[in-house]
Amino acid sequence: MPDTILDLPPHDVPVVFTRDQLDWLPWLEPMAEQDLTDRHMAGLVDAARAKSAYFRLLARDPDALQARTRADKDIFYNPDAGLPRAERELAAAATSRFNGCIYCASVHARLAATYSGQADAVQRLLDEGVGADLGERWNAIVAASVALTQTPPAFGAAHVDRLRRAGLDDLAIADVIQAAAFFNWANRLMLSLGEPAAIDGKAA
Amino acid sequence: MEKGTLVTGTDRTGDAADVIDHLVGIAPGSALDAIRARRPEARSQSEASYRALFEPADPAGITPTERFAVAVFVAGLHGAAEVAAFYRSRLGDGGALIEAIDAATTEAAGTGPYGRYPAGPLSREDQPGPVYRPGGDVAQRLGPRLAAAFAHLHLLVLHPRDADPASLQPLLDAGWSTTDIVTLSQIAAFLPFQIRVVAGLRVLAGQL
Repeated sequence: MPDTILDLPPHDVPVVFTRDQLDWLPWLEPMAEQDLTDRHMAGLVDAARAKSAYFRLLARDPDALQARTRADKDIFYNPDAGLPRAERELAAAATSRFNGCIYCASVHARLAATYSGQADAVQRLLDEGVGADLGERWNAIVAASVALTQTPPAFGAAHVDRLRRAGLDDLAIADVIQAAAFFNWANRLMLSLGEPAAIDGKAA
Repeated sequence: MEKGTLVTGTDRTGDAADVIDHLVGIAPGSALDAIRARRPEARSQSEASYRALFEPADPAGITPTERFAVAVFVAGLHGAAEVAAFYRSRLGDGGALIEAIDAATTEAAGTGPYGRYPAGPLSREDQPGPVYRPGGDVAQRLGPRLAAAFAHLHLLVLHPRDADPASLQPLLDAGWSTTDIVTLSQIAAFLPFQIRVVAGLRVLAGQL
């Protein structure tokens, strides 16, 4: 029998960008937890991800998932200098806001708010969009992320200059590039293989 | 569809081992080489992603030719000529297929991201735009599997927020399994990452 698109359970569709926790419902059948082999578990990297429908769907190509997950962790969590964690998350949130990935934006806006302590500024990014005034350093990071996210990419020397003037060194600028680029990968998977669902009626 | 002759990793001529380094033009010992070395897993696992998606030990449901054809189209939609040329060289001697991909790229070209939001407060930000289906002649030359894939790739590259469950049905109808669609989606989403890392690092290289 050919594969089919899943029937979705009744759910509330989020209609705003939010820092609330959202659920994500797959449109295609994830792997069943009991069918995950050692190779699939290696692909998941963290065993806890076996609970996530998103990661169990991506586990259908375990080698691709494993490499992607390990790249993700280094780009966002590597503590060796460069861009502070909060601002890597800001680049991810800005990219997600601009591409229109409500689910991705919720996760990374939450993380950006937690690590920066600037929940109000992060919320302005969600509410007003990528043109919100967040102070020059954050504006420069958002503008660079957005320019790189356009298709074709419009990131240029002026963005590098502005990031430098905002105090970023070369490694930090490379971190902005990799964080925004990575969310051009993540957004497309989350937007095209399933959809967000509000929990307890929030954001709907 | 004519099958191209694939150039495997072992026949590469003059390439660095790392595809992103090769496409950016990062020389060993350069300032950018040192910057990339500070994020060693990002570098090695970007490369491992490339290998998992384009040189898998078992190509399973997607032929190597299909994988590289997808890449040439996605890079073309980004206007990323050097990246497209890289994947085109991997496609090998696929003359008729390359002509069909070029025709599709010309038909599908545009700028992104655009698309609609779920009806509500965000509707004021809706930016409706074209939905691409390969034209009759191009679709025939691509064959049904790649024609369905290219329609989906245009969605993913230029207006991913327009995706809905129904957008997957033409892929299933053309014989793509759920697992194939996961891999196709990974290829179609990895390339926008790789292309932007290359584009961004090239700009940075010019400013060091």
